[in-house]
Amino acid sequence: MNRYYYDFHIHSCLSPCADNDMTPNNIAAVATLAGVNVMALTDHNTSKNCPAFFQAAKKHGIIPVAGMELTTAEDIHVVCLFEELEDAMAFDEYVDSRRIKIKNKVDVFGQQLIMDGEDNVIGQEDYFLSNATQITIDNARQEVERFGGVAYPAHVDREANGIIATLGVFPQEYGFNCAEFYNENKIEEYCEKYENLKDKRILVSSDAHFIWGIQDKRGYFDVEDEPYSSEKVRKEIFRILRTVVDG
Amino acid sequence: MTVEKLKNELNLKAVCLADPEREIEGGYVGDLLSWVMGKAQSGNVWITIMSNMNIIAVASLTDVACIVLAEGVQLDENVVNTAKLKEINVLQSDKSAFDLAAEISDLI
Repeated sequence: MNRYYYDFHIHSCLSPCADNDMTPNNIAAVATLAGVNVMALTDHNTSKNCPAFFQAAKKHGIIPVAGMELTTAEDIHVVCLFEELEDAMAFDEYVDSRRIKIKNKVDVFGQQLIMDGEDNVIGQEDYFLSNATQITIDNARQEVERFGGVAYPAHVDREANGIIATLGVFPQEYGFNCAEFYNENKIEEYCEKYENLKDKRILVSSDAHFIWGIQDKRGYFDVEDEPYSSEKVRKEIFRILRTVVDG
Repeated sequence: MTVEKLKNELNLKAVCLADPEREIEGGYVGDLLSWVMGKAQSGNVWITIMSNMNIIAVASLTDVACIVLAEGVQLDENVVNTAKLKEINVLQSDKSAFDLAAEISDLI
C-alpha cells in the first residue's frame, strides 16, 4: 500500500481562460514539484490536449488521467474522469456534437491551443469552449458513465458554476458519488449545511488556470499497488471513486 | 393584482395555474437558485430562465406567487407534473427577463 497524492482538476492552454504557459510539459513538471503523483487534465468541454498530456506526464513521472470539465445546460461545472485515454476521446467527440458553437473571440477569451507531447502547437479550437453544452445536469453522470468514466460536480464551494450556487442544494437524485471542493477549509461548513454531502467522497483539486495555481499536494488515496504499474494505480483509484461512501 | 390577471394582461402561457387567485406583491429576477432562495420574497413574481426541477422546490420554499419563465424556456414533463402536485403557479413567455420585468413593474 502506498500513498498517492492527486489533483484531478487542471486546465491547459486549450481552455480559453487558462494561460498559454499551461502546456502539457509545464503542467506535468510543476505537478512533480508540487508533490502530486496522479493528475487529471480537465479542460472546458474538451479532452483534445489529453494525448499530449499523457506523453508529457510519462516523461515527468506523473500518472496521467484523461478528463474534461463539462459545462451542463444549466451552466454547472462537472468533472469527468476516464480510466482510458481512448474513452475520454470518444466522450470528447460526443460532447462536440452537443456543444453550442459560438466563434471564439481570441482578444476577449484567449487562445485555445492544441499541443503535441513536445509542447508544439498542432492546432486550435475555433469555437468558444467554456459555454454551456446541451447536456443537462440530470443526464451528465449517465452520459459520462456510458463512456466508462466517473463524473462529479466541480468546486461545489464556489458561486461561479458550482452546483449548490446554481441549484440551491446538492441534489441527491442525480446520483453523484463524489463532490469536489476548491477550498478545503469550507468542507466542514458545507457538509453541515448540506445534508446530501455527508455520504459523498469529498475531493480537493486546484482548478489551476495558471502555473502558480497548481497547489501543493493535498488530497490523497492509499492504494494497493503491488506489483506496481501506473495502470494498476489508476485502476485502483477509479475503483475507489466508484465506491459508495457509507453515510 | 392576481396571478390570473397578470397572465391575461401580458398574454402569458399558463404552464401550471394551480392558484389563479394568488395576489402578487413585487418581484424578483434571477437564475442562481441559491440567490433566489435568499432574496425572493413571499408573494413575488419570480422571473427566470432556469428550467431545472429545483425551481419548483425554491418557489415552494420562498412562497413566491408565481414563476414566470422567460425566453420561451420549456419545462420537462416531470417538472410540470411536480408543479401541479405542489400547486406552484408557472407562467411562460417568449419575452426576455428584462422586458417581462419592465412590463410587470408597470402593471403592479
